[in-house]
Amino acid sequence: MVLLEGEKVTKFFGGLAAVTRVDFSVEPGEVIGLIGPNGAGKTTLFNLISATFPPTSGIIRLKGQKTSHLKPHQLCRRGVSRTFQNVKVFANVSALENVVLGAYFGTSGQVASGQAYDEASGLLDFVGLSDVKDTPAKDLTLSSQKRLEVARALATKPDLLLLDEIMVGLTPVEVSGAMDLIRSIRDRGVTVVMIEHIMKAIMNLCGRIIVLHHGVKIAEGTPKEIASSETVMKVYLGDRAHAVY
Amino acid sequence: MLSIDGLNSFYGKIQALWDVSLHVGEAEIVALIGANGAGKTTLLKSITGVVAPRSGEITFLDRRIEKLKSHAIVELGISHIPEGRKLFAQMSVLENLEMGAYCRRVWSQRSDTLEEVFQLLPVLRGRQAQIAGTLSGGEQQMVAMGRGLMSKPKLCLIDEPSSGLAPIVVEDVFQMIRKLRSQGISIFLIEQNVAQTLEIADRGYVIENGRILLEGRSEELMRNERIRKAYLGL
Amino acid sequence: MSRQISNTHKIVVPIILILVLALLAAAPLFAPRYTIILMISIFMYVIITVSWTMFSGPTGYVSLASAAFFGAGVYTSALFGLKLPLPVIVPLGGLAGFVLALLVGALTLRLKGAYFVMFTFGLVELLLNFLLWWEINITGTTGRVVPPVSNSAVYYTMLGIFVAVVGSSYLINRSRYGLAMRCIGEYEEAAAHTGINVALYKIITFALSAFFMGAAGAIMATRWTYIDPHIAFNPLISFLPVLMAIFGGIGHLVGPIIGATIFTYLEEVLITKFPYYYMLIFGIIMLLAITYLPEGVVGLFQNLYKRLTGEKNGAA
Repeated sequence: MVLLEGEKVTKFFGGLAAVTRVDFSVEPGEVIGLIGPNGAGKTTLFNLISATFPPTSGIIRLKGQKTSHLKPHQLCRRGVSRTFQNVKVFANVSALENVVLGAYFGTSGQVASGQAYDEASGLLDFVGLSDVKDTPAKDLTLSSQKRLEVARALATKPDLLLLDEIMVGLTPVEVSGAMDLIRSIRDRGVTVVMIEHIMKAIMNLCGRIIVLHHGVKIAEGTPKEIASSETVMKVYLGDRAHAVY
Repeated sequence: MLSIDGLNSFYGKIQALWDVSLHVGEAEIVALIGANGAGKTTLLKSITGVVAPRSGEITFLDRRIEKLKSHAIVELGISHIPEGRKLFAQMSVLENLEMGAYCRRVWSQRSDTLEEVFQLLPVLRGRQAQIAGTLSGGEQQMVAMGRGLMSKPKLCLIDEPSSGLAPIVVEDVFQMIRKLRSQGISIFLIEQNVAQTLEIADRGYVIENGRILLEGRSEELMRNERIRKAYLGL
Repeated sequence: MSRQISNTHKIVVPIILILVLALLAAAPLFAPRYTIILMISIFMYVIITVSWTMFSGPTGYVSLASAAFFGAGVYTSALFGLKLPLPVIVPLGGLAGFVLALLVGALTLRLKGAYFVMFTFGLVELLLNFLLWWEINITGTTGRVVPPVSNSAVYYTMLGIFVAVVGSSYLINRSRYGLAMRCIGEYEEAAAHTGINVALYKIITFALSAFFMGAAGAIMATRWTYIDPHIAFNPLISFLPVLMAIFGGIGHLVGPIIGATIFTYLEEVLITKFPYYYMLIFGIIMLLAITYLPEGVVGLFQNLYKRLTGEKNGAA
């Protein structure tokens, strides 16, 4: 069964159309890329999918059920989790506690505290942050904070994980590390939709790519199709897309 | 033009920079390459006076500046274009640009400087009245550069200009930086996009864990095994 | 906040607490009347301050509604004091505060920052004037009488509420709900997306804190015996807990307790010694404290402790 689908999803902010009649569907196990110039509506689409606010019109369904009436915490319990473009870790709380919060509250059942802390430790290992688990999140480097957000999101045991530009500011080697992490997440059975500007990651990780421009879906296809699409090159990739570093 | 000698800076209680020395000459682009947390932003903040270094010397045009306050450093001719643009989002493009000319040295000439900036960045002329926060990422980067140029700097410190921008826009940004050099401005450039950076830079420094590890002309760095492995992923 | 508790700590602290509690419980038997009355005042402010910190501490929403909830309890006593026995009035007063906070919370907790502060302040004035109007036009009364109660009874009730509020605060802080509240204070949006029902948690915590204030109000009414809306809803009761909590140090459970105790005691001392200047001196002390002790009294001790032990750890 399709995991996530959207039909003619539209969002207006006052008179501004941020997202216009966008259709999408995501099968379980996929890694989907969402790309486009800044201001194209990518993060707004994430906000709609994660129920930060409801669409102005159009329908979004998770596992066949409509989600527009749900609050973010309810959607989280149903299996959708996300990271934020402007990192929102809980600054004065330790890394471990950031993740434990997800373990405690993000799932639909009650979790005992011993188990929650074990899971949280395990997830910090998984993202490579075990040696900073007692550090307050505000003292971590930006890329560590982004990893922490991923761990926190994973603690809620999502079926669908939305990653919003987690590779911003990473060196090529760090990008490779992040790519491995995303592969491991996919191997755990979590479906991933990622917003990124780093083409190396998008082209190598994603099975399918959706391109937004001014809130409208202008292209959708495999990495090869997108890389050779004239529309996409004109609007987003430029000529150097092939000289991916 | 800018010369740093034996700089030690702290981030709170943690030492972020250890005995850092480097220099930037006239009309050259010097790149600073390093992983996250290596100390790049702390170095920029030490130059601009946001962070007071514990020891070491920073000299700009033969004047010692490591103890000066930030506004004094801008008066001397150093401009900082920060990571993430940091525009005054609620203000118009024109107001953002004017704020760049706030220091005494250039305030009275700001109309002329504005015209020069518009020549260099024609996109901005049409968008003067627009609220900065509503621009696209690439346009915001242009405004940030324009604002940095309004103080008629001799040295521009540019922090991660390509971060979060679409590939097509990144090309334009790097073109911009080349143009600045041809106008005689020196550029100290921090970037994660190492390949494109080394293409336009004259020289580069590699910083790791707060220490300068390597330096050299950019062609040499591009051929260096360690750089290729660690930063270019080759 | 992670605290490393050594094993001796685990035994010594509870013993000290039990001794202190026993001392407090026995006080009316040997302490002079004046001390008991002072203790009652101190308890009152400690309860209000600790309750205030229970909500406003972790979330950062500065509530100036404390006087409204306290006053709700006072007014409950005023309305039912002649008809119902004391053990019913006190929880009833708490309930009045609780229900009022639920209503107010549902309406206002969407407001951000300064708007929330102003609204909660306005609430006190609103209730005050509404009840004045009610008293004058509907019931035709000008003030009500509450039957007095012995000092010991007041003292023990306040002691009980004090133990309840401190105990609840402690348990909440240690639990996952305390963690959730602190995270709500940092980034509400991220907390919501991590599965926390932010609106519900804010309202419930707000209402819980109001319960203790209302209960305290209900019993304090018996000290004043004559109640009218002005007496019941005194805006000072909204402002003082904020100052006391900041003075004592918001980050730690003990902070509000210490802050309120020192504050109230200091006020007593200053009023008796400098009846004309005490407000001025008080204000100056406050300014100095806030300027030089941004983390409050507790922060001061923590920093001293760190400096003494920091050398041994060799932490950078």
